This record gives sequence, C-alpha cells and structure tokens, in this order.
Amino acid sequence: MQPRTPAPSETDMRNIISEHLQLEGALLPILYALQEVYGHIPEAATPLIADALNISRAEVHGVISFYHDFREVPAGRHVVKICRAEACQAMGATPLAEAALARLGVEWHGTTRNGAVTIEPVYCLGLCACGPAAMVDGKVLGRVDETRMEKLLAEAGA
Amino acid sequence: MKIYVPMDSAAKALGADEVAAAIAAEAASRGLDIDLIRNGTRGMIWLEPLVEIDRGAGREGYGPVTAADVPALLDGTLDSLGPVENIPFFARQTRLTFARCGVTDPLSLSDYEANGGLAGLRRAAAMSGAEIVEEVTRSGLRGRGGAGFPTGIKWNTVLQAQADQKYIVCNADEGDSGTFADRMIMEGDPFCLIEGMAIAGLAVGATKGYVYLRSEYPDAIRVMQEAVRIARANGILGAGILASGRSFDMEIRTGAGAYVCGEETSLLNSLEGKRGVVRAKPPLPALEGFRGRPTVVNNVISLATVPVILEKGADHYADFGLGRSRGTIPVQIAGNVKYGGLFETAFGMPLGELVLDIAGGTASGRPVKAVQVGGPLGAYMPCGKFETPFGYEEFDGAGGLIGHAGIVVFDDSADMLQMARFAMEFCAVESCGKCTPCRIGAVRGVETIDRIAAGDPAAVPLLTDLCETMTDGSLCALGGFTPYPVMSALTHFPDDFATAKEAAE
Repeated sequence: MQPRTPAPSETDMRNIISEHLQLEGALLPILYALQEVYGHIPEAATPLIADALNISRAEVHGVISFYHDFREVPAGRHVVKICRAEACQAMGATPLAEAALARLGVEWHGTTRNGAVTIEPVYCLGLCACGPAAMVDGKVLGRVDETRMEKLLAEAGA
Repeated sequence: MKIYVPMDSAAKALGADEVAAAIAAEAASRGLDIDLIRNGTRGMIWLEPLVEIDRGAGREGYGPVTAADVPALLDGTLDSLGPVENIPFFARQTRLTFARCGVTDPLSLSDYEANGGLAGLRRAAAMSGAEIVEEVTRSGLRGRGGAGFPTGIKWNTVLQAQADQKYIVCNADEGDSGTFADRMIMEGDPFCLIEGMAIAGLAVGATKGYVYLRSEYPDAIRVMQEAVRIARANGILGAGILASGRSFDMEIRTGAGAYVCGEETSLLNSLEGKRGVVRAKPPLPALEGFRGRPTVVNNVISLATVPVILEKGADHYADFGLGRSRGTIPVQIAGNVKYGGLFETAFGMPLGELVLDIAGGTASGRPVKAVQVGGPLGAYMPCGKFETPFGYEEFDGAGGLIGHAGIVVFDDSADMLQMARFAMEFCAVESCGKCTPCRIGAVRGVETIDRIAAGDPAAVPLLTDLCETMTDGSLCALGGFTPYPVMSALTHFPDDFATAKEAAE
C-alpha cells in the first residue's frame, strides 16, 4: 500500500498545533487537524501536544483513546460506515452489516488485507426515515440493500 | 422558472445531488433559463428527492425524482404531486420552528429576512436581558433535547449569575437513533439557530457561543460554518450585533463520535478538550459550566424555537399544546414506516394517530409491533399504549419518555429480546466509564439477556434487579435510562423472552 500522507515531521506537527492554541478548549481541534493531514494521530504528536497545552501525555492519550473518531493507525483507502442503530435495524440493517462483514472477511473496525476498505459501525447518521443508512468517505447513502452494498464495496476495491 | 432541489443530507442520500446535476445539464442542453435553488428539505423523506418547480403560480412538487426522470420533469410530463403545501402530511402540520425549512435557500440571508427571519433578534435587541428571559419563560418552552427543563428558568439562573464571562453552548450532538430534527434545521435553516443563540446571548449577558456538532453530520457542519461566516460578515454576529451595542459571536466545534457527549456535562468536558466524562451535578452548568463559567446549555431545537417566540410573542407560542407541554414539537417519524419524516405539531396528538395515520403504518405492510419513542434510551411502546398523547408528563405517566421526539416503528418481525440486548450493548460501547452501574452493569446486562435467550429462567429477576441498580445508581441518563428500552421490552413483549426457554423445555 502506498503511503497517502506525508511522514510526520516534528516541525510540521508543532506548526499545526500552534495554529490552534488561541482556541478555548484547543485539544479536539488540534487532534482533528493532525488527523486531517496524516490520516491518524501520529504517536510522536502526543508529547508535542502535551507540551503545547501544558497537560500530561497521559491526558492527551486519554482523550485520543476516549473518542471513536481518532485513529492511532491510518484507516484503509476508503472508510465505509454502516449504521447499527434502532431505526436502521427496523429496516434490516443487521443482516446488511453481517453480509458486508462476511464479504470483507473482517470484524467491525477491521481493514481488508489489500488496505482498500475499513469498515466501522456508526450509531445514527440522522437518516432514520430512509434506512438502512451508510456513509462512504463522508458521502451519505440511504435505503442501502445488499446489492447496493456489494456494488459499493466492489467500487472501493475490496 | 425556479427549480428547487433539496441539499439536505437525507435528500442527498437518496440521490438529490445527481438529480440537481441532471437538471442543470438538461436545462443547459435545451438552452432553458432556470434558477436552480438548493433548499432544505420539507421533511417528507419518502418523497425525496422532492423537486419543486415554480413557473410563476406557486411551487409544484415532484417526487421521488430520479436523474432519469429529468427530461420528463422539464417537459412538464412527469406526474405532479400538486402544490407542496397541500400534501396532507405537510398541510396537517403547525410549523413554527420549521416554518422556513425547505422553503428558502438555507444560506441566503435575504431569503431568511424575507420570511420572518431576524424579526425576533431585532425585538430582543431593544429589550433588557430580564425582559427577554421573561418572554421565553412565559412561552412555556421546555428543553427539546429530552429533559424538558423550562428554558426560561435555566436562562434566568445564568442571567442572575455574576461572572466576567458567560457562554451559550448549543448541544447539537444529536446521537439518538430516530432523531434528525437538529440536523434538518441546521442544514435547512441555519440562521434560525444562529439567531436563537444570539437572542440567548443578549438575554443572559453571554458574549460567546459554541455549537457542539457531531462529526457524523459533515453536511450540517459545512452549512453551519458557512452560515456563521455570512452572519458575521453582515453584522448579525460580532461586535455590536444589529447595531445594538451588545456583542455576541460563536464558533462551530466538531464532536468526535462519543454518544455520551450529548449529555450536557460530558459535552462541556469535551468542548474543553477533555475526555467526555460526565460531571456530577451540582454545580449546575448554569452556574459553573464551560471553563467554570455560567453557561446556558440548550438543544438545537430549543434555541431555534426562540426566534419565533420573540417574533410572534410568548402567548402565540403558548397557545399551542397540552397541559404543561406548550407549543409545538417536531416529531421525527422513522424506522419501518410508510411516510417517514419530520412532522411538527402542537403537543397532544396521540401516539397511535402519529404511527398509523400520519406515518401510514409500516413500510413493510406488516402489523406494527412496537414503537420506540425518545431514542435508544426510550421505552418500547406496545400498540396498547397508542392512546398516549404526545406530551412530557403524559409519556412519563405511561412509563416512557418523549426524549428528542423521535419515534422508531418496528413491524412484527422485530425480536424484542434482541432489541433489549442491543440497548445494553450500546450502553456498554458508549459508557463514559465514570460510574459502575453503567460501565459494568451494561456488560453484565448483555450477558444476562444471553442467559435468558439460552433458556435460564433465573436470569429474568436478575435482569430486573440489575436494571433497578442502573436506574438508581447512574449519574446520567445513559446508564440511568438504558433500563427503559430493556424493561419495556421485557414487560410488554414477554413472549420474545420466553421462546428459547420453552424450546429448551
């Protein structure tokens, strides 16, 4: 798999961090900014953030690991999220998700061996009147059935 | 000729972008001069993409439209739904909060003003903080996030507090399944939320606001950020809003995928850059909230309802409703339904009328089995409770809650033991970990339900006891209310919990 993102340099990371230091509650915006550039939060960023915000490295790590959205390793080339919540379940989301996981041969949060697709559960996309809902790389999809999911996964290279 | 194609994410999820592109291409190839407007959604999701065409005599609806329908649409040969306002699902609503949603271009400030926008803020700018708080109190508005606490009383606490800095924090972490009202108004009428927050700022003396918006809503984030930029450029936010001499500005902050951050104290921790762990109350956020300062934390719909209250007056709003539930509620109809979408109505409509009449029953055509009201922490209501009028106290009396007013309908193929198990599993995944009944109880709950499924009758009283402990011993609604879906499933659908046992015997 080709690296899609630049290798993190300390200077670049410090620059990204310092752009957000004037914000009240800067940590989440900093983490999002780093993830935007590198596709995940590089391990080497933790001491730099801790230093900039005058908090402990444990606190930074605690925040990164608390939230589902922050990645400690990069995702696959495409991220497919399938809604598992009740409204989508009422329209058949559970068998849809089970079929997708079986097709990819991975568990939730897993990435296919060719690095094409990471599959994640999501608990509600606000598309509850047109479920089952899914999101592929930030694009929302409603009334997804198994045929359409198969097409999406194939297009994503899985 | 004006053509409206919604840019709401539910419409996009059903192909609205492709339809809009096809309309633009087809019109260009025909040399047609059209004005293509990307509006919000009217909320009739089963008709999306719902295209509206105004040929000079009002807006005709067409839907659901596919890209392949576009030539016929422009020929005028596609079947029309007639004037959109006459579609029964729409005609039967009382739209106060959502009056402009779907009507206007969400990012057009001139559209906003031409349709009643900013009238409330102009009025508020000429009033004292105490007068604004009094107006909101008299309207009877209660927190639409789920707790139903009177908004005016919360504001008064913040108004009375002495501090160098106060904040308005909008809770846009709409994580409950079956709810999408916050998303719909942020994507369809974002200035309304901005106006509501500015009025709140004037009322309590706060000069800074934040919208904590969940990351699962990328479209809403884009629209809100753009709307804030436009509002600031036009003197609605910033120093001396609307030349009032008082200031208010705001930022959009993105959540990071934790359901528990919809709980207000956990949200405040997250906004401060900490783990989204629940805080014990007291102190109330109204006195010690964001960064320890007095803070109004309100749901999107509560804040977005404030402009119409200021515009039309507290009495106009309070005249709608039932008992202590005043005004209107945007009911979000979801799951297995024929007509899904947002239905804003005065409090008081019975649940059964919403499910069977407004929503038209199930999409599958099978009988309704259960309706979960109020998100993943709400009770599963059986058809026997369909008489219950939609109101805070009324639902409480029926062993449920209205929460953020989402209703999720299930047909008779639903397995209520599995739904109860999912409620516990969800609580285990999303628990912040602060208190034991939630953190450990949810894990044990999944195991106990699996024992029931395997035919162990002794596990039923154990589950009941565990639910009591979670209800009594949890700090917030995540652990405290997970027993609602679990116990309502167990109580109202005992057959689903007995099948495995009987099979084993």
